[in-house]
Amino acid sequence: MSVALLLALPVVLPLGGAAFTLILRHHAALQRAVSTTTLVAILAVALAIGYRVTVDGTLVLQIASWTPRLGIVLVADRLTALMLVVSSVVTLAVLVYSSAQSVSENTERTPVAIYHPTYLVLVAGVSNAFLAGDLFNLYVSFEILLAASYVLLTLGGSASRIRAATTYVIVSLLSSVIFLAGIAAVYAAVGTVNLAELAVRLDQLPDSTRMGLELMLLVAFAIKAAIFPLSAWLPDSYPTAPAPVTAVFAGLLTKVGIYAIIRLETLLFPASQLETLLLAAAGASLVIGILGAVAQTDLKRVLSFTLVSHMGFMLFGIGVTTRLAIASTIYYVAHHITVQSTLFLAAGLIEHRAGTTNLGRLGGLAKAAPLLAVIFFVPAMNLSGIPPFSGFLGKVGLVEAGIERGNTASWILVVISVLTSLLTLYAIAKIWNRAFWQKAPQGADIEKDGERVPALMYGATGALVVVSLLLTVLAGPLMHFTDEAARSVLDRSPYVSAVLGDDAADQLAWRIGDDGTRVEER
Amino acid sequence: MTVSLALVLTAGVLIACGVYLVLERTLTRIILGFVLLGNGVNLLFILAAGPWGSPPFEGTDDPERMTDPLPFAMVLTAIVITLGVTAFVMALAYRAWQLFGHDEVPDDVEDRRVLRRSRARTGQGIEVGWADALDEDARRGALKASQGLRAPEEEENPLGEDLTGDQDVPQDYTEADEAEDQPEDGPEDQPAEQSGEQSGEHSGEPTEDQEDRA
Repeated sequence: MSVALLLALPVVLPLGGAAFTLILRHHAALQRAVSTTTLVAILAVALAIGYRVTVDGTLVLQIASWTPRLGIVLVADRLTALMLVVSSVVTLAVLVYSSAQSVSENTERTPVAIYHPTYLVLVAGVSNAFLAGDLFNLYVSFEILLAASYVLLTLGGSASRIRAATTYVIVSLLSSVIFLAGIAAVYAAVGTVNLAELAVRLDQLPDSTRMGLELMLLVAFAIKAAIFPLSAWLPDSYPTAPAPVTAVFAGLLTKVGIYAIIRLETLLFPASQLETLLLAAAGASLVIGILGAVAQTDLKRVLSFTLVSHMGFMLFGIGVTTRLAIASTIYYVAHHITVQSTLFLAAGLIEHRAGTTNLGRLGGLAKAAPLLAVIFFVPAMNLSGIPPFSGFLGKVGLVEAGIERGNTASWILVVISVLTSLLTLYAIAKIWNRAFWQKAPQGADIEKDGERVPALMYGATGALVVVSLLLTVLAGPLMHFTDEAARSVLDRSPYVSAVLGDDAADQLAWRIGDDGTRVEER
Repeated sequence: MTVSLALVLTAGVLIACGVYLVLERTLTRIILGFVLLGNGVNLLFILAAGPWGSPPFEGTDDPERMTDPLPFAMVLTAIVITLGVTAFVMALAYRAWQLFGHDEVPDDVEDRRVLRRSRARTGQGIEVGWADALDEDARRGALKASQGLRAPEEEENPLGEDLTGDQDVPQDYTEADEAEDQPEDGPEDQPAEQSGEQSGEHSGEPTEDQEDRA
């Protein structure tokens, strides 16, 4: 029990920190100290949870000792633990970056006093979403992180941000309503919202009912994860926010959606009939996202479109559902959180340095800022899947899994994902050529503006680059970890027996075999 | 499970009205739409609780005959969340009205720019396409013209041969530049200090850009 209490900390700590930073809103330095300490503590807690999960298996915390059927439970298995560790690393780095930014200058783009409390609330929402053991708690955590994201997106209330946030808020509200209606339907069908108990009871439902419920929840999650055709809001709304905010949104918020889809497609609806639909959506996301990226001329928008595109890779893995596919997906999620955040932070550095992210006005950065060039180049190559980086390893895993599965849909997806990798390289090369390689266009004050970028901003971005390289160096142990995570996710019974006991786990009708098909239990 | 037909119908009507309002382009109507939608969905939870029973207080009745209290707890949470979010969106709508003089949901300006560029490249750039005919853009173009600034699509040869070529491509307005133009677009009864504050917030840099273009 005492170990399980750890699970409450990733949610409680940032909420407490948010309260403190709100009280300290007139003391910028203290605010920074409190929020940095909080996030360091969360990172430590996440690592501890990761260790305990590896040793003891799935951890369960019943809030106020309510029975899991009625009360709130927080559950951490390997998948959750990995998500928590990666997200706390990224949120910490982004916080350091934004603190350095707000020290260095005082402009409209600078985070204001409300930034720290809101940011910590966002962290609490993300952690809670990863830990939530029931659907309604998942809904609440989505609302926590969305409410925080609305505020972060409209910081300063400038015209472009209000314009961008309007679309974002409406789309998010719609997804929340659909999710809520989905929960009501699920409750009407089986009378519970606890994920473990849902796993047992949903297995007994007729296929048509199951598919209806699954579709409702899938649409809600897919809007959050920006899966085509529900992705149009993302490239419009993310780029206008301050760079650190975009970085943490791009890294984490979409991945929360993917995490929810993983749970949905394995724990609640194992190897469902929607597999082909998932693969089709994945393929469309991959192609349309990357074509969008190629057409754009603004650095942040190119990155936003690659984000939409690369969500397809993760959905591809979920659609294939073999053990290797899920393991690679989890690895890819960890890789993509880190790399996409790093790239947006690097875009922020470029904006600082050159005063714009418009590719037509950039140039000569490789000469003017060689360190920045390296900081951008490494994650950019990583994103486009150049060996030996983690992006390459994740993609190899996914492609291998697709070939192993061997049906027509997954073969098509294998081809599409390889083509998308190439096109990503093209989009990235375009950025590289225009912003770094070519001569600076007339009138661009790259030399003059350069000196005021604080070292800590470089430091935070550089640290994330190092983390992404660590994902590559430690790929062996990490893949082993994600493989174990995939095994327990596909088996379903470890999760259910941890929450409800072995009796309930015995009632599960199916598990997912290593080849991605549904296997009758016993 | 038997359910109340009246509740089903009410929920259906609420959700239908909500969807209709959400499809409008004005933020205020969309808020009303989401309030109706939220209430409709909350009724779905009450439906999910099953038939009426006695109040769920321990020891007052046989648990089998009690109403299931869990959905009501969820509805309460959902109501509170809807309240908070509605307040935020209303603030957003007010801010949009302050800035733009209306609270319409805008189109993606960058998207439109990409479209315009592709038209310019294929030689149809001067034609007014469906996208340029939309309200917001037309207004913006008229505003620019009245200030003596040429709208980007009217510039001679607005593009280089190819985006990847080495010659400089005159750039369209970015969002930051458009933000700069916005306060003049606002309602006329706007306090003067407000708009001064707005343009003061921006650094000098976009202004230089504008000079370049002019």
